[in-house]
Amino acid sequence: MMSERKVIIDTGNSAVAYAVKDAEAKVIAAYPITPQTTIVEKIAQFIEYGEMDAKMIRVESEHSAMAAIIGSEAMGVRSFTATSSHGLALMHEMLWYAANARLPVVMAVANRTLGPPWNIWADWGDAMADRDIGWIISWAANNQEVYDFTLISYRVAEDKRVALPAMVNLEAFVLTHTSMPFEICGKEAREFLPEYDPIWKLDPDDPVIMGNIFSPADTMKLRWDMWESIKRARKVILGAIQEYNEMFNRDYEGLIKTYRMDDADYAIVSMGTIGEEAEVAVDALREEGLKVGAIRINFFRPFPREDLVNVLNSVSRIIIIERSASLGAYGQILQDLGPTILLEKLQVDVNDVFMGIGGTDVSYEDIVNVVKRAIKGELKTLYWYGSENW
Amino acid sequence: MTEDTVKYLPLSKPKIGISGKTGSWRIFAPEINYDKCVKCYICVVVCPEASIFIENDRPKIDYNYCKGCGVCARECPVNAINMRRER
Amino acid sequence: MVAIRDLAKMEDLLLKGNAACAGCPIGIALRTTLKALGKKTIMFVPACCTSVVQGIGPGAAISVPLFNTAFETAASVASGAAAAAEILGKDVTILAWAGDGGTYDIGLQAISGAAERGDNVLYICYNNQMYSNTGIQRSGATPLGAWTTTTWTGKTEHMKDMGMILIAHRVPYVATASVGYPDDIYDKVRKAKEKKGFRYIDILAPCPPGWRFPSDMTIRLGRLAIETGFWLLYEYEDGELRFNGYTKLVAEGKKEFKPVEEFLRLQDRFRHLFEPKRRDDILEEIQRWIKERFEWYLSLAKI
Repeated sequence: MMSERKVIIDTGNSAVAYAVKDAEAKVIAAYPITPQTTIVEKIAQFIEYGEMDAKMIRVESEHSAMAAIIGSEAMGVRSFTATSSHGLALMHEMLWYAANARLPVVMAVANRTLGPPWNIWADWGDAMADRDIGWIISWAANNQEVYDFTLISYRVAEDKRVALPAMVNLEAFVLTHTSMPFEICGKEAREFLPEYDPIWKLDPDDPVIMGNIFSPADTMKLRWDMWESIKRARKVILGAIQEYNEMFNRDYEGLIKTYRMDDADYAIVSMGTIGEEAEVAVDALREEGLKVGAIRINFFRPFPREDLVNVLNSVSRIIIIERSASLGAYGQILQDLGPTILLEKLQVDVNDVFMGIGGTDVSYEDIVNVVKRAIKGELKTLYWYGSENW
Repeated sequence: MTEDTVKYLPLSKPKIGISGKTGSWRIFAPEINYDKCVKCYICVVVCPEASIFIENDRPKIDYNYCKGCGVCARECPVNAINMRRER
Repeated sequence: MVAIRDLAKMEDLLLKGNAACAGCPIGIALRTTLKALGKKTIMFVPACCTSVVQGIGPGAAISVPLFNTAFETAASVASGAAAAAEILGKDVTILAWAGDGGTYDIGLQAISGAAERGDNVLYICYNNQMYSNTGIQRSGATPLGAWTTTTWTGKTEHMKDMGMILIAHRVPYVATASVGYPDDIYDKVRKAKEKKGFRYIDILAPCPPGWRFPSDMTIRLGRLAIETGFWLLYEYEDGELRFNGYTKLVAEGKKEFKPVEEFLRLQDRFRHLFEPKRRDDILEEIQRWIKERFEWYLSLAKI
């Protein structure tokens, strides 16, 4: 029944489905929303055609999807769901529930714009709205990362030092519906991912009551524990990535990926597919003699402060490219990176550039354009790409 | 290694008297007249606080936890329970 | 029917010294339910009085595993747990235990989904006809004319018929019960326990602070509700609707429903229907509705 390790050409959504299958998740509850749909459709096929031994609950809303896998995870069973945009917004209450109950569910989010108006294309705003809750959050840039990060997410979330849920982000259509080659690990994935051994569970042989009223003082300790746990998650992620690299011949650096940063004067900081596109832009800019490097944040929570500081302390300008904005303030990457710059007293100029919002296409030429203007000091600090023409 | 693991969880264990000795809540206390009692144990079944237990075949009140609601007195088919004002 | 003497000797899994009000019907309904289900039970409890009755952590007044969950999610969390229980091959009852707020209103969607999917969940609503835990606000289960903190001059709509909604889902078992008859609760819970699929029991739970009556009248009112037809006692099983207890006697023509006033007069939540002057318009409407609803149920019972 388990497949062998092999390279296939398939979409990002399929990559999620294969990872969930190879992780041997046993309860999947999901509600359809474009463009997450084919994740769940493929998992349903795996189950019904006998390739995967699991139960699928075809719930009646996303809120119930998260609620259902919270129930199954609390029983000690590895669980999964996937959603996007409005579905994630609807689930929002239960994301808190999963984190505060210390249930390491894994969820794939197909990053899509929220309406109105209706818009099915890529935007990070949906996941960004949930970054405070205590979930481990990663952003994939290609289908291999989609597959790998899903397995790594299970490993990190279920680690007894962490015990927090995890979210893997893949952008709408750019990854969800785009085919590219990637390797699936098949049954070898279980060598990386042990049996789920919960730190607590519902079992009549040892009754516990989860979540009755706790005093303010006790609650503060509970939240502090989550804070410490997600802080610890950084080294758990690094350890898991190192092991994954060795087992499956990958070369992930860690929570971030750096590209030509060694001698860079300027750094492009981004995530996901824009982050990968930035690497192409870096090559083009280098051709023109500009010493630019790119940094892609793989794991956005825990926020990779130390990793970013190490690599940013020698640049004179950071150009952040964000596919979402915290209206009334800044882009979310700047909101989380800014304090690091401040606290580490880095002397650096910053541009916060909003690109790709609402699913607008972002090409390396757009990035080159923006970076060149930034380097010349011709770019506003907070800049919506193309807005000078609106 | 204790610093490296989860320390606080929102979990509770089963506990009798979680709200203290709730017997302190009552104003009226039930008294069973064993001359009248026919040991039907309706009081044991209906007590909302599970504070009437059977000892040597007799229903007995656990005054540590009895909140004095009076349901036992109301439901006793032979009027063997009297609610006496305590304070 | 279980004997009271046997019921009296069964182990208590709801623990005394909890935070419930004196005379609280949870103390009868949940106590009896857990006696019927035993230790191999896992409870899923949304926001409701039972959440608070457990007391303050890290202790709780219950000795079976219990997952406190978000208000609208009793049925959805239980559905997931039921799937997990099957995967683990665990012989356990997944019990969703909720008030009427989390059942009739905010929890309705999840219940409908679980019922339609046939998830292996025993759902018991203990129904005191209001949002009790948040301070006696009106719910979809509140009857016409009842005072609540959001219907100061009395609710202007009749109560929702949740039993009928579940019957429409054609689930294996739907039953109503009342804390006036603990032995009937025991029997119905035990029967539901042995069935598979989505099972629903709605237990009428007279609430002293919410309905405004002296704390010793909980069971008495639970019976009077049935004797007046205000609440019906029935089971829907294998596609057949059958009445129980006093309701059955009325259906068979052996008894009549007592005038509903006898029930309403004992609760101050209906006091404004009698003082300062009688509200015959509302009283007659309540009485009419009771008659009409019962006739409709009678017609279904024949099918």
